[in-house]
Amino acid sequence: MANVPANLKYTREHEWAKQEGDRVRVGITAYAQEQLGDVVFVELPKIGAKVAAAKNFGVVESVKAVSDLFAPVSGEVVEINGELPQKPETVNQDPYGKGWMIVVKPSNKAEWDQLLTAPQYEEFLAKGGH
Amino acid sequence: MSATPLKRTPLYEAHVKAGARLVPFGGWEMPVQYTGIIEEHRTVRGAVGLFDVSHMGEFEIEGPGALAALQRLTSNDVAALPVGQIHYSLLCYPSGTIVDDLTVYRMGDARYLLTVNAGNIDKDWAWVTEQTRDVKDAHWRNASEGTGLIAVQGPKAEALVARLADRDVTRIGYYRFERGSVAEVPALISRTGYTGEDGFELYAPADRTERLWTALLAAGRDDGAAPIGLGARDTLRLEMKYALYGNDIDETTNALEAGLGWVVKPAKGDFIGREALEKIRAEGVPRKLVGLEMTERAVARHGYPVLKDGRAVGTVTSGSYGPSVDRYIAMAYVETALAGAGTELAVEIRGQAKPARVVKTPFYPSRVKKA
Repeated sequence: MANVPANLKYTREHEWAKQEGDRVRVGITAYAQEQLGDVVFVELPKIGAKVAAAKNFGVVESVKAVSDLFAPVSGEVVEINGELPQKPETVNQDPYGKGWMIVVKPSNKAEWDQLLTAPQYEEFLAKGGH
Repeated sequence: MSATPLKRTPLYEAHVKAGARLVPFGGWEMPVQYTGIIEEHRTVRGAVGLFDVSHMGEFEIEGPGALAALQRLTSNDVAALPVGQIHYSLLCYPSGTIVDDLTVYRMGDARYLLTVNAGNIDKDWAWVTEQTRDVKDAHWRNASEGTGLIAVQGPKAEALVARLADRDVTRIGYYRFERGSVAEVPALISRTGYTGEDGFELYAPADRTERLWTALLAAGRDDGAAPIGLGARDTLRLEMKYALYGNDIDETTNALEAGLGWVVKPAKGDFIGREALEKIRAEGVPRKLVGLEMTERAVARHGYPVLKDGRAVGTVTSGSYGPSVDRYIAMAYVETALAGAGTELAVEIRGQAKPARVVKTPFYPSRVKKA
């Protein structure tokens, strides 16, 4: 089964979220990158952009498919992974590390509790992941 | 969901065992990838890859009327095809648009084999039999079910097949074939492919195809031979600008705008679509299928609009990242005036115009072994 780190939270669209002080780092899960296959294009928002929970914040494309990226929480984008557009394959190689996508300063702390825990996400995957 | 269950090739079990990801394709359950599309693509360009293309259809026609039947049905000149040779051709509608693209093998004086696209088998079978019903002494046989087909492609394909074959396959020229055996499996050994690399397509009885597949993989292990899915088959053919039926050509596109005029031979006599194609050729085509290179990172996909200064001037038919050219490439129909290499265009991707340029094709140089 796919790698699901216990210290992260998850969306049903296969993004992960990591609390870092008052910020949240966001990427896609190992399961997501495996399903996509070779990632060849990543489109991220600009720093300062506002994102909304469960709304599209960017796009990831593999050879075969286009996938929207969904924000786990609402807030302002304070960092983006500027390496990714040049090295999209990083998403496959290290989805929870160097393949991170954005860092958000959340505007609604209650949204954090709505996200799936690692065991909940694992259960979701076990049921088919969609 | 679809009511008809997906069909499976004789190699289905082997794909499952190998850990392939299987997807529906043209009514078949086929491997899209084994380890990764880009890695598989590179295996074919750098070593040798094995493709299960058993889903493709095979029709045989035999008898004194076979030549007349095929001359009527297909756009290329079957009378000019010697025994032991193969040509690429088209089945056209009276309008000059395309029923299917295919290869025609001349097996004997009055015996031919047609290889057609998997998703078109039923449509093509109905078409060829109905359109030639009045031709005397021409007997059709649909051999699709009983025939397996493995493509062996890449710079090490020739040596691999040579090690297992009962004959000197190095002497078989491009678009030529011989009948023999490979790994003791009776096979039609055809020097053809859909990748731009040298290689063979091996037709074998369905019940012996798995044995052939296993023997090829084992004998090629030291050369890096690996199974290749439909994902890499698509990126490989895209780099060559080979048309894919259903993407780049279909019942709405005509042979000439698709750049397939080289297999349209009106001088041979009448065939279905000839009159329309002669007229289109005389008037000139209003649009052409061209190769596009994105000038920045962006994936153009089937159906995306092509723009010139904000005006819609065409449509993308296929597009991807091309692993061997390390560029984002596409095929698109564009207005003829804008079809010249070097023309600056754009592709509309999610509402944004991304710059693209018409380029010469193939995108990647062909390495097929010309006779």
